[in-house]
Amino acid sequence: MKSFRIGGIHPAENKFSAGKKIQTAAIPKMVAIPLAHYIGTPSEAIVKKGDLVKVGQMIGKANGFISANVHASVSGKVNKIDVQLDASGYKRPAVFIDVEGDEWLETIDRTPEIKRECHLTKQEILSKIQDAGIVGLGGATFPAHVKLSPPPGKKAEVLIINAVECESYLTCDHQLMLEHGEEILVGTTILMKALEVEKAIIGIENNKKDAIQHLNELAKSYKGIVIEPLKVQYPQGGEKQLIDALIHRQVPSGKIPIEVGAVVQNVGTTYAVYEAVQKNKPMIDRVMTITGKNAANPSNYRVRLGVYLSNVVEEAGGVPEGTGKIIGGGPMMGRSLMNLNIPMAKGSAGVLYMKDEESVRKPVKNCIRCTKCVNVCPMGLEPFLLMAQSERNMWPEMEANRVMDCIECGSCSYTCPSNRPLLDYIRYGKSTVGNIIRNRNVKQI
Amino acid sequence: MEKLIISPAPHIHGGDSISKNMTGVMIALAPALVAGLYFFGLGALIVTVTAVVSCVLFEYLIQKFIMKGETTILDGSAALTGLLLAFNLPSNLPVWMIIIGSLVAIGVAKMSFGGLGNNPFNPALVGRVFLLISFPVDMTTWPVVAPLTTAYLDANTGATVLSMLKEGGATLPSTMDMLIGNMPGSLGEISAVALLIGLVYMLIRKIITWHIPVSILATVLVFAGILYLVNPAEYISPVVHLLSGGLMLGAIFMATDYVTSPMNPRGMWIYGVGIGILTVVIRTWGAYPEGVSFAILIMNGFTPLINFYVKPKRFGEKAVKG
Repeated sequence: MKSFRIGGIHPAENKFSAGKKIQTAAIPKMVAIPLAHYIGTPSEAIVKKGDLVKVGQMIGKANGFISANVHASVSGKVNKIDVQLDASGYKRPAVFIDVEGDEWLETIDRTPEIKRECHLTKQEILSKIQDAGIVGLGGATFPAHVKLSPPPGKKAEVLIINAVECESYLTCDHQLMLEHGEEILVGTTILMKALEVEKAIIGIENNKKDAIQHLNELAKSYKGIVIEPLKVQYPQGGEKQLIDALIHRQVPSGKIPIEVGAVVQNVGTTYAVYEAVQKNKPMIDRVMTITGKNAANPSNYRVRLGVYLSNVVEEAGGVPEGTGKIIGGGPMMGRSLMNLNIPMAKGSAGVLYMKDEESVRKPVKNCIRCTKCVNVCPMGLEPFLLMAQSERNMWPEMEANRVMDCIECGSCSYTCPSNRPLLDYIRYGKSTVGNIIRNRNVKQI
Repeated sequence: MEKLIISPAPHIHGGDSISKNMTGVMIALAPALVAGLYFFGLGALIVTVTAVVSCVLFEYLIQKFIMKGETTILDGSAALTGLLLAFNLPSNLPVWMIIIGSLVAIGVAKMSFGGLGNNPFNPALVGRVFLLISFPVDMTTWPVVAPLTTAYLDANTGATVLSMLKEGGATLPSTMDMLIGNMPGSLGEISAVALLIGLVYMLIRKIITWHIPVSILATVLVFAGILYLVNPAEYISPVVHLLSGGLMLGAIFMATDYVTSPMNPRGMWIYGVGIGILTVVIRTWGAYPEGVSFAILIMNGFTPLINFYVKPKRFGEKAVKG
C-alpha cells in the first residue's frame, strides 16, 4: 500500500465518531463571524451596525492576495463589528449578528438534488470559488482560488484530493465522503476543469474502507478520477507527504506542490467547491467532529460559521466531567482552547476533549540521543539538534539545518522517550528564523 | 472545566520512556545472561550482581552527595551499564576489581560529563578497558566452560579462541560450540545465538535500528574475508572472527549505545564500517588479541564529528521526479 517514504508514526486512531450521521447544529440567537483567517490578512467588513443581512450575503471583502471573502451564515441584524477571541488565541475582528429567522439569498439553490453538469469556463469557475470565500478546510485555510491559479510558466499535471484525515479522533471528512460522495466527485471534476488536468487522485487512509469502496463505486462513472487507499500512517495527509505517497515525487525544500506538477485540495474544500459552483452557496458552514475518550456522544455536526463552540458543545451533551484540556482540531496539530466562547471558523475541524490525566505532559528528562525523533521526522530533519540550537539562539545554524522545512506535525515530540518539548522549541526557532529571512529579503529589495 | 490546560501541539504522546528502552535492552540481554550463568556457574552470578549493584549505588551516591540533584537510578540506565560491564568481564574476576571498574564506568565515564545522555564514551567499555589496562593478567585469564559450576575465583582457566590463534598451538572449538557459546571468554560474549536472539528482540521492539550491528558485522565479514582469501594460512577465517571474542556483544549491544553512536542511518554506516575495520586491524596486527572494545571507543570519539558532517536523508533531496 502506498505511503510517504521518510519517517512517520501511528498514534491510536480513536475514531469514536466514525459512522455517526452528520447532524445539523441549531442556530443560536447570536453569532460572531470571524473576519480573520488562520493565515493571511483579515477581510474588510462591508456591513455596519444595524444592517440587515441574509444567509449567504457577503459581509467581509478579501483584503489582499492571501485573503478570502466572508459571508453571513445567518440572517438578522448586525449588532457590532468588534474583536473576538478566536481559536488562534488572539482577539481578532469579527461581525456580530443578532439572528432573526433563517432567510437565504434567493440565488442559492437549497434543494438536495445533485447537479452533475457544469458548463462554466475555467475563469468562471475560478471567480465563483473566489467569490464564495472558499479556503482550504484541512487546517491551513489557504484561499482555494490562489492554489488553483498556478504561477506563470507552471502547469498542473494532476489534481490530488486530500481525503486522508490522518489526525486521530477526527471523522468529519470520512462522514462527508459517505454522505456526499457524489457531490465530492462532481467537485473534483470542477477542480480538474479549473486546473485543465485530465487526472485526479483521491487519497484516503485505509482505515476508512467504507469510504474507499463507496467512492470507488461512484468513480466508475467519472472519467480520470482514481481512488487510492493509503497506509494508515501519520502525517499521511501532510501536503508534501501525500504527493510523495501518491505520485512518488518530493517537493523540494522551500517550493510548493506545483513545482512537481501537483495541486492538492482537501476533500471538504472539494465539497465546498461543488456547493459554490453548482448551488451558488458561499462558504457559510462546515462539518466538524465533537469527540474525546470521555465524550458522552462523539458526533459529527454541520455548523454555521460564527456559532460559538459552546453552543455546539452544549447540543452534543456538554463538556464531560474530568476534562482537563479542550483542543480545537486534532490531537497532533490542533490548538488547545482557553474556553469555548470561540466562534466556529472555516478551519475548525473538531472539538476534542482530553481527560485530566491526558492533559498534562510528563516530566522532561535528558536527551539520550536515541535517534527516534530523527527516524520519525517526515521531512528528514534532526529534531534533537534543532531543539538544542533553538535553546541556544543559534539561528543561522538552524536555518542551515533546514528548520524552515519543518511541517510542525509533532511526530518528534510524540515519539521522544524523554518527553522533550522538541516541537515547542523548533516552532520558536522556525518563527524567529522565518522573520530573519523575511527581513533579509526586504533589505535586498 | 473550571481551569483548562493550555499547551502547544502535539497533545498526545506515544508513551515511550527511557526506562522502557533500558528494560527492553535488559530483556534482550537475558538470553546471553542465561548462557553465561549456565556455562560459568556461580562466578558469573557473583560478577553480574556485583557490577549491577555497584553501578547503581555509585550513580545514586554521586547524584545525592556530589551533584546534589534528583536521582535517576530508577530509569534503569545505571543497572544496564552494570550488566554490560559484567558481560565484558571474565567470570573469575575478584569483587574489588569489579567495584573499581564500576566506579570508573559510572563515576568517570558517565557522571563526570553530566550523567545520562552527555557521556562521549560508552561507560561500560571505559570501565572494561580501564580494568584491562590496570589488571592485564586478571582480565585476560578466562575460566574454561564448566556448566553450572560453583567455582568462582578458583575456576580452571584457559585461552580464548582469539588468544589461541594469536599464540598458536591449541585446537579451536567447533563452529557449533562457538555459536552456542561453549568456549572460554567474557561471561556475556560467548553465545552468538543468545546475542542474536537479543538483537531480533530489540529490532522488533524498535529499540534500535539494524544499521549499526549489520554494518559492523558485514564489514568484518568482508574485510576479514578478503584477508582470508589472500592468505588462509596467515589470517583468521571470517567466520571465526564473527563468532569469537566480543564482536557479537560489541556490535549488538555496545556499539548501539544510544548516547555514544551517530544519530542517523548514514552516520551509523560510517561508524559501523569504522568499527568493523578497526576491529579486524587490531585483532590482526595489534598487540591485543581482542579489538572490539578499542574499536568502539575510538569510533565513539568520532561520533560528534560524524553527527556534525553527516545529515539524514532530507525530504526532497533526491531528484524531484522519482
